[in-house]
Amino acid sequence: MQQIFNFLIRNRINILFLLLLGLSLFLTIQSNSFHKSKYISSANFITGGIYNWSNNIQTYFYLEDYNQRLLEENKELRKLLTNIEDTSAVINFEDSTSFDGIYLFRTAKVINNNYSRTANYITLDRGRNSHISKEHGVITSQGIVGIVDQVSKNYARVISILNSHSKINAQLKKTNHFGSLIWDGKDPNVVQLIDVPRLAPIKIGDTIVTGGKSLIFPQGIPIGRIEEFKLDQAESYFTIEIRLFNDMTNIGYVYIIENKEKEEIKELQGIDD
Amino acid sequence: MTNSIISNIIRFILLILFQVLLLNNINFLGYINPYLYVLFLILYPFNTPQSLFILVSFFLGLTIDTFEDSGGINAAACVIIAYIRPMILRFSFGVSYDYQTVKLSNTSFGTRLGYIMVIVFIHHLALFSLEMLDFSHILLIMKKTFFSGIFTILLILISLTLFKPKRR
Repeated sequence: MQQIFNFLIRNRINILFLLLLGLSLFLTIQSNSFHKSKYISSANFITGGIYNWSNNIQTYFYLEDYNQRLLEENKELRKLLTNIEDTSAVINFEDSTSFDGIYLFRTAKVINNNYSRTANYITLDRGRNSHISKEHGVITSQGIVGIVDQVSKNYARVISILNSHSKINAQLKKTNHFGSLIWDGKDPNVVQLIDVPRLAPIKIGDTIVTGGKSLIFPQGIPIGRIEEFKLDQAESYFTIEIRLFNDMTNIGYVYIIENKEKEEIKELQGIDD
Repeated sequence: MTNSIISNIIRFILLILFQVLLLNNINFLGYINPYLYVLFLILYPFNTPQSLFILVSFFLGLTIDTFEDSGGINAAACVIIAYIRPMILRFSFGVSYDYQTVKLSNTSFGTRLGYIMVIVFIHHLALFSLEMLDFSHILLIMKKTFFSGIFTILLILISLTLFKPKRR
Protein backbone atom coordinates (compact mmCIF):
# COMPACT_ATOMS: atom_id res chain seq x y z
CA MET A 1 0.00 0.00 0.00
CA GLN A 2 2.76 2.35 1.05
CA GLN A 3 4.55 1.62 -2.18
CA ILE A 4 1.52 2.43 -4.27
CA PHE A 5 1.17 5.80 -2.57
CA ASN A 6 4.86 6.47 -3.00
CA PHE A 7 4.58 5.61 -6.65
CA LEU A 8 1.56 7.91 -7.08
CA ILE A 9 3.25 10.80 -5.30
CA ARG A 10 6.48 10.37 -7.21
CA ASN A 11 4.68 10.33 -10.56
CA ARG A 12 1.90 12.77 -9.73
CA ILE A 13 2.82 15.16 -12.53
CA ASN A 14 2.83 12.45 -15.19
CA ILE A 15 -0.38 10.94 -13.87
CA LEU A 16 -2.15 14.30 -13.69
CA PHE A 17 -0.97 15.11 -17.20
CA LEU A 18 -2.19 11.82 -18.65
CA LEU A 19 -5.48 12.10 -16.78
CA LEU A 20 -6.26 15.62 -17.99
CA LEU A 21 -5.01 14.94 -21.52
CA GLY A 22 -7.21 11.86 -21.63
CA LEU A 23 -10.17 13.86 -20.38
CA SER A 24 -9.74 16.58 -22.99
CA LEU A 25 -9.26 14.04 -25.79
CA PHE A 26 -12.41 12.30 -24.59
CA LEU A 27 -14.30 15.60 -24.77
CA THR A 28 -12.89 16.27 -28.24
CA ILE A 29 -13.97 12.92 -29.60
CA GLN A 30 -17.33 13.18 -27.90
CA SER A 31 -17.99 16.55 -29.49
CA ASN A 32 -17.54 14.95 -32.89
CA SER A 33 -20.57 12.75 -32.38
CA PHE A 34 -23.98 14.34 -32.22
CA HIS A 35 -26.06 15.14 -29.16
CA LYS A 36 -23.41 14.06 -26.74
CA SER A 37 -21.41 17.05 -25.54
CA LYS A 38 -23.91 18.15 -22.97
CA TYR A 39 -22.02 20.32 -20.52
CA ILE A 40 -19.17 21.78 -22.49
CA SER A 41 -21.29 23.85 -24.85
CA SER A 42 -21.78 27.55 -25.36
CA ALA A 43 -25.48 27.21 -24.56
CA ASN A 44 -24.89 27.14 -20.81
CA PHE A 45 -25.76 29.85 -18.33
CA ILE A 46 -22.40 31.62 -18.10
CA THR A 47 -21.16 31.48 -21.68
CA GLY A 48 -24.60 32.25 -23.09
CA GLY A 49 -24.93 35.18 -20.71
CA ILE A 50 -21.57 36.65 -21.68
CA TYR A 51 -22.24 36.23 -25.40
CA ASN A 52 -25.68 37.78 -24.97
CA TRP A 53 -24.20 40.77 -23.18
CA SER A 54 -21.57 41.41 -25.84
CA ASN A 55 -24.10 40.87 -28.60
CA ASN A 56 -26.43 43.49 -27.15
CA ILE A 57 -23.72 46.04 -27.84
CA GLN A 58 -22.81 44.72 -31.30
CA THR A 59 -26.38 44.64 -32.55
CA TYR A 60 -26.59 48.42 -32.71
CA PHE A 61 -23.93 48.56 -35.37
CA TYR A 62 -25.89 46.28 -37.69
CA LEU A 63 -29.34 47.81 -37.23
CA GLU A 64 -29.40 49.38 -40.68
CA ASP A 65 -28.43 46.13 -42.34
CA TYR A 66 -31.12 44.18 -40.46
CA ASN A 67 -33.74 46.79 -41.36
CA GLN A 68 -32.82 46.50 -45.00
CA ARG A 69 -33.23 42.72 -44.88
CA LEU A 70 -36.59 43.04 -43.15
CA LEU A 71 -37.78 45.46 -45.84
CA GLU A 72 -36.72 43.05 -48.57
CA GLU A 73 -38.52 40.19 -46.88
CA ASN A 74 -41.65 42.26 -46.31
CA LYS A 75 -41.64 43.21 -49.96
CA GLU A 76 -41.53 39.54 -50.99
CA LEU A 77 -44.24 38.57 -48.51
CA ARG A 78 -46.47 41.44 -49.61
CA LYS A 79 -46.07 40.33 -53.20
CA LEU A 80 -47.21 36.81 -52.21
CA LEU A 81 -50.07 38.18 -50.14
CA THR A 82 -51.62 40.17 -52.98
CA ASN A 83 -51.66 37.02 -55.10
CA ILE A 84 -53.31 34.98 -52.36
CA GLU A 85 -56.09 37.48 -51.71
CA ASP A 86 -57.46 36.95 -55.20
CA THR A 87 -57.93 33.22 -54.72
CA SER A 88 -59.15 33.33 -51.13
CA ALA A 89 -62.11 35.42 -52.23
CA VAL A 90 -63.27 32.52 -54.40
CA ILE A 91 -62.57 29.61 -52.01
CA ASN A 92 -64.58 29.96 -48.87
CA PHE A 93 -63.33 28.00 -45.85
CA GLU A 94 -66.21 27.29 -43.55
CA ASP A 95 -65.38 24.19 -41.56
CA SER A 96 -63.55 24.13 -38.28
CA THR A 97 -60.45 22.29 -39.48
CA SER A 98 -57.25 24.12 -38.72
CA PHE A 99 -55.41 25.57 -41.70
CA ASP A 100 -52.45 26.63 -39.67
CA GLY A 101 -50.09 24.24 -41.39
CA ILE A 102 -47.79 21.84 -39.63
CA TYR A 103 -44.86 24.23 -39.19
CA LEU A 104 -44.48 26.68 -36.33
CA PHE A 105 -42.10 29.61 -36.72
CA ARG A 106 -40.31 31.39 -33.90
CA THR A 107 -37.74 34.17 -34.01
CA ALA A 108 -34.37 34.36 -32.30
CA LYS A 109 -31.20 36.39 -32.40
CA VAL A 110 -27.74 34.98 -33.14
CA ILE A 111 -25.43 35.86 -30.25
CA ASN A 112 -22.38 33.90 -31.36
CA ASN A 113 -21.38 32.61 -34.76
CA ASN A 114 -18.35 30.60 -35.89
CA TYR A 115 -17.32 29.91 -39.44
CA SER A 116 -13.55 29.63 -39.47
CA ARG A 117 -13.24 26.07 -38.17
CA THR A 118 -14.34 22.72 -39.59
CA ALA A 119 -16.98 22.14 -36.89
CA ASN A 120 -18.88 25.37 -36.50
CA TYR A 121 -21.70 26.18 -34.11
CA ILE A 122 -24.05 29.12 -33.65
CA THR A 123 -25.53 30.23 -30.33
CA LEU A 124 -29.06 31.70 -30.17
CA ASP A 125 -30.67 33.77 -27.41
CA ARG A 126 -33.76 31.56 -27.10
CA GLY A 127 -34.00 28.24 -25.32
CA ARG A 128 -36.28 25.79 -23.60
CA ASN A 129 -38.30 28.61 -22.04
CA SER A 130 -39.26 29.74 -25.54
CA HIS A 131 -40.24 26.19 -26.53
CA ILE A 132 -37.13 25.61 -28.60
CA SER A 133 -35.95 22.03 -28.54
CA LYS A 134 -33.48 19.73 -30.30
CA GLU A 135 -33.80 19.13 -34.04
CA HIS A 136 -35.65 22.31 -34.83
CA GLY A 137 -34.58 23.85 -38.12
CA VAL A 138 -33.04 27.32 -38.27
CA ILE A 139 -33.38 29.59 -41.32
CA THR A 140 -33.21 33.23 -42.30
CA SER A 141 -35.29 34.96 -44.93
CA GLN A 142 -32.56 34.14 -47.45
CA GLY A 143 -31.87 30.50 -46.75
CA ILE A 144 -31.09 27.77 -44.25
CA VAL A 145 -28.65 28.16 -41.36
CA GLY A 146 -28.59 24.87 -39.45
CA ILE A 147 -30.27 22.59 -36.91
CA VAL A 148 -30.64 23.08 -33.14
CA ASP A 149 -28.59 20.48 -31.24
CA GLN A 150 -28.37 21.72 -27.62
CA VAL A 151 -30.84 23.72 -25.58
CA SER A 152 -30.51 25.23 -22.14
CA LYS A 153 -33.09 27.31 -20.32
CA ASN A 154 -32.46 30.51 -22.23
CA TYR A 155 -30.01 29.63 -24.98
CA ALA A 156 -29.74 27.18 -27.84
CA ARG A 157 -26.80 25.88 -29.83
CA VAL A 158 -27.15 25.27 -33.55
CA ILE A 159 -25.05 23.00 -35.77
CA SER A 160 -24.31 25.34 -38.62
CA ILE A 161 -24.49 24.01 -42.18
CA LEU A 162 -20.82 25.00 -42.12
CA ASN A 163 -20.04 21.96 -39.98
CA SER A 164 -18.41 18.92 -41.51
CA HIS A 165 -20.71 16.70 -39.41
CA SER A 166 -23.94 18.24 -40.66
CA LYS A 167 -25.86 16.40 -43.36
CA ILE A 168 -29.11 17.85 -44.67
CA ASN A 169 -31.44 16.55 -47.35
CA ALA A 170 -31.59 18.94 -50.33
CA GLN A 171 -32.88 18.85 -53.87
CA LEU A 172 -32.96 20.68 -57.19
CA LYS A 173 -35.71 23.26 -57.35
CA LYS A 174 -36.98 22.38 -60.82
CA THR A 175 -36.89 18.58 -60.58
CA ASN A 176 -37.12 16.41 -57.49
CA HIS A 177 -33.64 14.88 -57.69
CA PHE A 178 -32.18 15.00 -54.23
CA GLY A 179 -28.87 14.56 -52.45
CA SER A 180 -27.11 15.29 -49.15
CA LEU A 181 -25.78 18.69 -48.28
CA ILE A 182 -22.33 18.61 -46.67
CA TRP A 183 -19.44 21.03 -46.13
CA ASP A 184 -15.78 20.37 -46.91
CA GLY A 185 -14.51 22.94 -44.43
CA LYS A 186 -12.89 25.30 -46.91
CA ASP A 187 -14.97 28.27 -48.07
CA PRO A 188 -17.72 29.57 -45.73
CA ASN A 189 -19.79 30.65 -48.74
CA VAL A 190 -19.67 27.34 -50.62
CA VAL A 191 -21.21 24.01 -49.57
CA GLN A 192 -21.39 20.68 -51.42
CA LEU A 193 -24.34 18.58 -52.51
CA ILE A 194 -23.37 14.93 -52.98
CA ASP A 195 -25.10 11.76 -54.18
CA VAL A 196 -27.22 13.46 -56.82
CA PRO A 197 -28.03 10.82 -59.46
CA ARG A 198 -26.42 11.17 -62.85
CA LEU A 199 -29.78 11.46 -64.56
CA ALA A 200 -30.53 14.80 -62.93
CA PRO A 201 -30.51 17.69 -65.41
CA ILE A 202 -27.99 20.03 -63.80
CA LYS A 203 -27.03 23.46 -65.06
CA ILE A 204 -24.78 26.06 -63.50
CA GLY A 205 -26.95 28.71 -61.85
CA ASP A 206 -29.81 26.38 -60.91
CA THR A 207 -31.33 26.85 -57.46
CA ILE A 208 -30.99 24.23 -54.72
CA VAL A 209 -33.69 24.04 -52.04
CA THR A 210 -34.32 21.84 -49.00
CA GLY A 211 -35.87 18.47 -49.80
CA GLY A 212 -39.15 17.10 -48.59
CA LYS A 213 -37.54 14.02 -47.06
CA SER A 214 -36.29 16.00 -44.09
CA LEU A 215 -38.56 16.11 -41.07
CA ILE A 216 -36.83 19.25 -39.90
CA PHE A 217 -37.20 21.72 -42.74
CA PRO A 218 -40.27 22.30 -44.90
CA GLN A 219 -39.69 21.56 -48.57
CA GLY A 220 -38.45 24.41 -50.72
CA ILE A 221 -36.44 26.59 -48.33
CA PRO A 222 -33.77 28.15 -50.55
CA ILE A 223 -30.15 27.13 -50.00
CA GLY A 224 -28.00 28.38 -52.85
CA ARG A 225 -27.05 28.41 -56.49
CA ILE A 226 -25.02 25.78 -58.39
CA GLU A 227 -21.56 27.10 -59.07
CA GLU A 228 -19.76 24.02 -60.35
CA PHE A 229 -20.43 20.30 -60.70
CA LYS A 230 -18.58 17.13 -61.55
CA LEU A 231 -19.20 13.39 -61.60
CA ASP A 232 -17.64 11.28 -58.88
CA GLN A 233 -15.09 8.53 -59.57
CA ALA A 234 -17.70 5.87 -60.23
CA GLU A 235 -19.36 8.30 -62.68
CA SER A 236 -22.79 7.62 -61.25
CA TYR A 237 -23.34 10.54 -58.89
CA PHE A 238 -22.78 14.27 -59.15
CA THR A 239 -20.89 16.31 -56.60
CA ILE A 240 -22.16 19.87 -56.83
CA GLU A 241 -20.58 23.03 -55.44
CA ILE A 242 -23.25 25.42 -54.18
CA ARG A 243 -22.83 29.11 -53.46
CA LEU A 244 -25.06 29.95 -50.49
CA PHE A 245 -27.70 32.67 -50.67
CA ASN A 246 -27.09 33.36 -46.99
CA ASP A 247 -24.02 35.24 -45.93
CA MET A 248 -23.07 32.82 -43.13
CA THR A 249 -20.56 35.30 -41.74
CA ASN A 250 -23.29 37.85 -40.98
CA ILE A 251 -26.57 36.28 -39.88
CA GLY A 252 -28.31 38.45 -37.28
CA TYR A 253 -31.90 37.36 -36.75
CA VAL A 254 -33.19 33.88 -37.57
CA TYR A 255 -36.42 31.89 -37.67
CA ILE A 256 -36.67 28.59 -35.82
CA ILE A 257 -38.99 26.03 -37.40
CA GLU A 258 -40.82 23.39 -35.44
CA ASN A 259 -42.51 20.55 -37.29
CA LYS A 260 -45.59 19.81 -35.19
CA GLU A 261 -46.14 16.43 -36.79
CA LYS A 262 -42.57 15.18 -36.62
CA GLU A 263 -43.23 12.79 -33.76
CA GLU A 264 -46.22 11.33 -35.53
CA ILE A 265 -44.32 10.82 -38.78
CA LYS A 266 -41.35 9.34 -36.94
CA GLU A 267 -43.57 6.94 -35.09
CA LEU A 268 -45.20 5.86 -38.30
CA GLN A 269 -41.88 5.33 -40.02
CA GLY A 270 -40.60 3.41 -37.02
CA ILE A 271 -37.49 5.52 -36.64
CA ASP A 272 -36.31 4.95 -33.12
CA ASP A 273 -33.02 6.74 -32.98
CA MET B 1 3.13 35.85 -3.32
CA THR B 2 -0.52 36.90 -2.87
CA ASN B 3 0.17 39.68 -5.31
CA SER B 4 1.29 37.16 -7.92
CA ILE B 5 -1.79 34.96 -7.35
CA ILE B 6 -4.17 37.89 -7.79
CA SER B 7 -2.43 39.15 -10.91
CA ASN B 8 -2.56 35.63 -12.40
CA ILE B 9 -6.27 35.30 -11.68
CA ILE B 10 -6.96 38.68 -13.27
CA ARG B 11 -4.82 37.74 -16.27
CA PHE B 12 -6.70 34.44 -16.57
CA ILE B 13 -10.11 36.14 -16.72
CA LEU B 14 -9.08 39.06 -18.93
CA LEU B 15 -7.30 36.85 -21.48
CA ILE B 16 -10.31 34.53 -21.76
CA LEU B 17 -12.75 37.40 -22.25
CA PHE B 18 -10.44 39.10 -24.74
CA GLN B 19 -10.02 35.82 -26.62
CA VAL B 20 -13.68 34.80 -26.92
CA LEU B 21 -15.27 38.20 -27.36
CA LEU B 22 -12.77 39.81 -29.69
CA LEU B 23 -10.00 37.65 -31.10
CA ASN B 24 -12.18 34.71 -32.11
CA ASN B 25 -14.11 37.02 -34.40
CA ILE B 26 -11.14 38.28 -36.38
CA ASN B 27 -11.03 35.45 -38.97
CA PHE B 28 -8.40 37.25 -41.01
CA LEU B 29 -8.42 35.89 -44.60
CA GLY B 30 -11.13 33.46 -43.52
CA TYR B 31 -9.19 31.24 -41.14
CA ILE B 32 -6.40 33.09 -39.35
CA ASN B 33 -7.15 33.74 -35.68
CA PRO B 34 -4.64 34.66 -33.01
CA TYR B 35 -4.74 32.70 -29.77
CA LEU B 36 -3.45 35.29 -27.35
CA TYR B 37 -4.54 33.32 -24.29
CA VAL B 38 -1.32 31.30 -24.68
CA LEU B 39 0.29 34.34 -23.05
CA PHE B 40 -1.04 33.04 -19.73
CA LEU B 41 0.95 29.83 -20.17
CA ILE B 42 4.04 31.81 -21.12
CA LEU B 43 3.90 34.21 -18.18
CA TYR B 44 2.75 31.79 -15.47
CA PRO B 45 5.36 31.90 -12.66
CA PHE B 46 8.24 29.53 -13.37
CA ASN B 47 8.87 28.44 -9.79
CA THR B 48 5.45 27.09 -8.80
CA PRO B 49 4.50 23.39 -8.48
CA GLN B 50 3.99 21.90 -11.90
CA SER B 51 0.91 19.87 -10.96
CA LEU B 52 -0.95 23.07 -10.11
CA PHE B 53 0.19 24.60 -13.40
CA ILE B 54 -1.15 21.61 -15.38
CA LEU B 55 -4.47 21.85 -13.56
CA VAL B 56 -4.81 25.61 -14.12
CA SER B 57 -3.89 25.21 -17.80
CA PHE B 58 -6.52 22.54 -18.21
CA PHE B 59 -9.21 24.85 -16.86
CA LEU B 60 -7.97 27.69 -19.05
CA GLY B 61 -8.31 25.53 -22.15
CA LEU B 62 -11.61 24.06 -21.04
CA THR B 63 -13.13 27.52 -20.53
CA ILE B 64 -12.07 28.57 -24.02
CA ASP B 65 -13.49 25.30 -25.39
CA THR B 66 -16.82 25.88 -23.68
CA PHE B 67 -17.11 29.25 -25.37
CA GLU B 68 -16.00 27.97 -28.74
CA ASP B 69 -17.99 24.71 -28.68
CA SER B 70 -14.84 22.87 -29.66
CA GLY B 71 -14.97 19.88 -27.32
CA GLY B 72 -11.60 19.68 -25.58
CA ILE B 73 -9.03 20.75 -28.16
CA ASN B 74 -7.82 23.88 -26.37
CA ALA B 75 -7.70 22.01 -23.06
CA ALA B 76 -5.56 19.27 -24.59
CA ALA B 77 -3.18 21.76 -26.22
CA CYS B 78 -2.82 23.70 -22.95
CA VAL B 79 -2.18 20.58 -20.89
CA ILE B 80 0.52 19.48 -23.33
CA ILE B 81 2.22 22.88 -23.07
CA ALA B 82 1.98 22.87 -19.27
CA TYR B 83 3.56 19.41 -19.17
CA ILE B 84 6.51 20.17 -21.41
CA ARG B 85 7.15 23.76 -20.33
CA PRO B 86 10.03 22.89 -17.97
CA MET B 87 11.80 21.22 -20.91
CA ILE B 88 11.17 24.24 -23.13
CA LEU B 89 12.45 26.55 -20.38
CA ARG B 90 15.63 24.52 -19.95
CA PHE B 91 16.08 24.46 -23.70
CA SER B 92 15.64 28.22 -24.10
CA PHE B 93 17.26 29.63 -20.96
CA GLY B 94 19.76 26.90 -20.17
CA VAL B 95 21.51 26.96 -16.82
CA SER B 96 19.79 30.03 -15.40
CA TYR B 97 16.50 28.17 -15.37
CA ASP B 98 17.96 25.36 -13.31
CA TYR B 99 18.93 27.84 -10.62
CA GLN B 100 15.40 29.31 -10.65
CA THR B 101 16.73 32.78 -11.26
CA VAL B 102 15.31 33.43 -14.70
CA LYS B 103 12.79 36.24 -15.21
CA LEU B 104 11.20 36.72 -18.59
CA SER B 105 11.64 40.48 -18.54
CA ASN B 106 15.37 40.18 -17.82
CA THR B 107 16.27 37.86 -20.67
CA SER B 108 17.60 38.99 -24.01
CA PHE B 109 15.12 39.50 -26.82
CA GLY B 110 16.45 36.57 -28.83
CA THR B 111 16.04 33.92 -26.15
CA ARG B 112 12.66 35.33 -25.15
CA LEU B 113 11.46 35.16 -28.77
CA GLY B 114 12.74 31.59 -29.05
CA TYR B 115 10.87 30.55 -25.91
CA ILE B 116 7.63 32.19 -27.11
CA MET B 117 7.94 30.71 -30.60
CA VAL B 118 8.45 27.15 -29.37
CA ILE B 119 5.45 27.35 -27.03
CA VAL B 120 3.14 29.00 -29.58
CA PHE B 121 3.95 26.65 -32.44
CA ILE B 122 3.65 23.47 -30.35
CA HIS B 123 0.37 24.74 -28.91
CA HIS B 124 -1.04 25.62 -32.33
CA LEU B 125 0.11 22.38 -33.92
CA ALA B 126 -1.62 20.36 -31.19
CA LEU B 127 -4.70 22.58 -31.38
CA PHE B 128 -5.21 22.37 -35.13
CA SER B 129 -4.33 18.68 -35.40
CA LEU B 130 -7.00 17.90 -32.83
CA GLU B 131 -9.46 20.25 -34.50
CA MET B 132 -9.17 18.45 -37.83
CA LEU B 133 -8.58 14.97 -36.34
CA ASP B 134 -7.63 13.88 -39.83
CA PHE B 135 -4.11 13.64 -41.20
CA SER B 136 -5.25 13.93 -44.79
CA HIS B 137 -5.60 17.63 -43.95
CA ILE B 138 -1.94 17.86 -42.90
CA LEU B 139 -1.27 20.73 -45.31
CA LEU B 140 -4.19 22.77 -43.96
CA ILE B 141 -3.01 22.05 -40.40
CA MET B 142 0.48 23.29 -41.25
CA LYS B 143 -0.87 26.37 -42.98
CA LYS B 144 -3.14 27.27 -40.08
CA THR B 145 -0.41 26.61 -37.52
CA PHE B 146 2.07 28.77 -39.37
CA PHE B 147 -0.10 31.81 -40.10
CA SER B 148 -2.10 31.82 -36.87
CA GLY B 149 1.16 31.22 -35.01
CA ILE B 150 2.83 34.27 -36.53
CA PHE B 151 -0.25 36.34 -35.71
CA THR B 152 -0.24 35.08 -32.11
CA ILE B 153 3.48 35.71 -31.64
CA LEU B 154 3.11 39.27 -32.91
CA LEU B 155 0.25 39.94 -30.51
CA ILE B 156 2.15 38.38 -27.60
CA LEU B 157 5.22 40.53 -28.30
CA ILE B 158 3.03 43.63 -28.54
CA SER B 159 1.25 42.90 -25.26
CA LEU B 160 4.56 42.09 -23.53
CA THR B 161 5.90 45.47 -24.64
CA LEU B 162 2.74 47.30 -23.61
CA PHE B 163 2.52 45.71 -20.17
CA LYS B 164 6.20 45.65 -19.34
CA PRO B 165 6.82 45.49 -15.57
CA LYS B 166 8.25 48.73 -14.23
CA ARG B 167 11.97 48.63 -13.55
CA ARG B 168 12.93 49.63 -10.06
